[in-house]
Amino acid sequence: MTSVSIQNLDLNFGSVNVLKQLNLSIEEGEFLVLLGASGCGKSTLLNCIAGLLDVSDGQIFINGKNVTWAEPSERGIGMVFQSYALYPQMTVKGNLSFGLKNARMPKQEIEARVARAAEILQIEPLLDRKPGALSGGQRQRVAIGRALVRDVDVFLFDEPLSNLDAKLRAELRVEIKRLHQKLGNTMIYVTHDQVEAMTLADRIAIMRGGLVQQLASPDEIYNRPANKYVADFIGSPAMNFFEGQIDADGKFNVGKLTIDLKNYDFADGTAKGEHWLGYRPEHVVLGEAALSMPVHVEAVADIVEPMGSDTLIWTKIEGHDFRIRTDGQQKVAAGDRLVVGMDPRFASIFDKTTEERV
Amino acid sequence: MANNAKTISASGVEPRGPKPRPMLSPRNIMIYGTLFIVAIYYALPLYVMVVTSLKGMPEIRLGNIFAPPVEVTFEPWVKAWAEACTGLNCNGLSQGFWNSVKILIPSAALSILIASINGYALANWKFKGSEVFFTILIFGAFVPYQVIIYPIVIILRELNLFGKLGGLVMVHVIFGMPILTLLFRNYFTSLPEELFKAARVDGAGFWGIYFRIMLPMSLPIFVVALILQVTGIWNDFLFGVIYTKPDNYPMTVQLNNIVNSVQGVKEYNVNMAATMLTGIVPLIIYFASGKLFVRGIAAGAVKG
Repeated sequence: MTSVSIQNLDLNFGSVNVLKQLNLSIEEGEFLVLLGASGCGKSTLLNCIAGLLDVSDGQIFINGKNVTWAEPSERGIGMVFQSYALYPQMTVKGNLSFGLKNARMPKQEIEARVARAAEILQIEPLLDRKPGALSGGQRQRVAIGRALVRDVDVFLFDEPLSNLDAKLRAELRVEIKRLHQKLGNTMIYVTHDQVEAMTLADRIAIMRGGLVQQLASPDEIYNRPANKYVADFIGSPAMNFFEGQIDADGKFNVGKLTIDLKNYDFADGTAKGEHWLGYRPEHVVLGEAALSMPVHVEAVADIVEPMGSDTLIWTKIEGHDFRIRTDGQQKVAAGDRLVVGMDPRFASIFDKTTEERV
Repeated sequence: MANNAKTISASGVEPRGPKPRPMLSPRNIMIYGTLFIVAIYYALPLYVMVVTSLKGMPEIRLGNIFAPPVEVTFEPWVKAWAEACTGLNCNGLSQGFWNSVKILIPSAALSILIASINGYALANWKFKGSEVFFTILIFGAFVPYQVIIYPIVIILRELNLFGKLGGLVMVHVIFGMPILTLLFRNYFTSLPEELFKAARVDGAGFWGIYFRIMLPMSLPIFVVALILQVTGIWNDFLFGVIYTKPDNYPMTVQLNNIVNSVQGVKEYNVNMAATMLTGIVPLIIYFASGKLFVRGIAAGAVKG
């Protein structure tokens, strides 16, 4: 069953179109991540779903009900904000029960719900404290709790982890995933962090300029990006790109390098002419093993960045910057000659003009 | 050079810990010297006032205005409060004091209440034309009072409020509106917008958010507004003298009448006491609320 459905949504701020004829359908219990660079409209879209922004055109349905004109509190949503937005003068308990009191819920019911949320999020000892006396991670837990007590169908997260330090972010990320598995609610999660997107999402919607570039599972987005923007955006370090031609024999030519594409999975079976060929740094094979790969080429390591678990090597191949990610145990020094092996199966090829995957 | 790595300062002491700062450096002499002179400059007139108000008239006639009183007397204060004559009635400033209180309390309370709601609506509930409305309101802050004195006289006459305290209160409330609304709007705009959004998701309405979320976070700005209004309304002379009748004259107008009424000798000691009595209310408000003035309330609302 569809939980949230967005139909032909338009949003203009004055003459600026922030969202353009956007369509999105989210299944019940699905974890959807809206991913994109800042200014792509992802937070705006979330605010529209929450009812905090009036849409210029189009409709929003939640659980089959048209909520386009409904107040935020009537939509059956709970929202968690980047800055936590806890009410500073209320205790944690007051923060959790504020929404329920507004709904004129009986006292006993409020107590029960607050207790349950506090137990799930393990914030029972904090109930009588003010937000000022909590750490960042605790505050974010309370903010999640505030959505939790309202027993809503849809959770909206607006970059909830962006204000936390790296370690805490990783912890809370797992906790949000656990929460989703436990509750099974529909969750819509806005972030610019691709790690959060890849790890949490059932499906990721990559947005750019108010349009959804690709809506697919993390696996699909990583392995089969729909266009060059998505390919470049997802993956760290970013995908390597070669600019070249595909000849009549189905071979990709860039400078003196020829890559036979016979085991590449073309959408239309074949392609010809000017194209981009993208190859992920982590799919490169080095050393002895490289010689047995379908494509291998020599390169010189320019810069080596050891990161412990793995090592990033910067080289140049046929005039294009080329990054290689390899095991951290491999000792490589700047100036070393390398044999770089690639398999066209892992490549992504995009049309030169449309930048769409072929 | 390895064994000579320690840097030795001119005084021969090895530098360690906080750098010593001598009290009598040229910098300190400049700073404290300037502060001292400026303080004297401002404090001296006050000193003369206090000293004069505690002297009897014979002592004043000697003309040593800086000399402390030989014989301390509180009689001028009593006279200023209860006996000084303004024209025909000789009730001192007490009548004016209570008039001023009657004007101040409703004027300050009403103007702050209305302006805070205005500012809240303009900051958080933007409506079509709200920016235009705000611009027009702010424009009011730049209109010279003198220009609209006569139109207001006519309006008050038509409303049958001329010469009454209610009329003066209304004038004060309206004239406080532009600057107070600006103050509150800017403060509410500076509060995190997500707090407002969270409250809306939690189902609070216009008044719910105002009373339950915004008000408790706004103590500092209310104190600022209170200081502005109390000082402004208490010290007002122009509106008080124009829009009220002698029975309702505020303290400032009575003070003027006491100081300027010439019958026989000019009683400098009574005048000084009356002036200080008039200035005491804004001073008390200022000192009492100084702490709140500074304290931040929004701590813990957002990241940090």
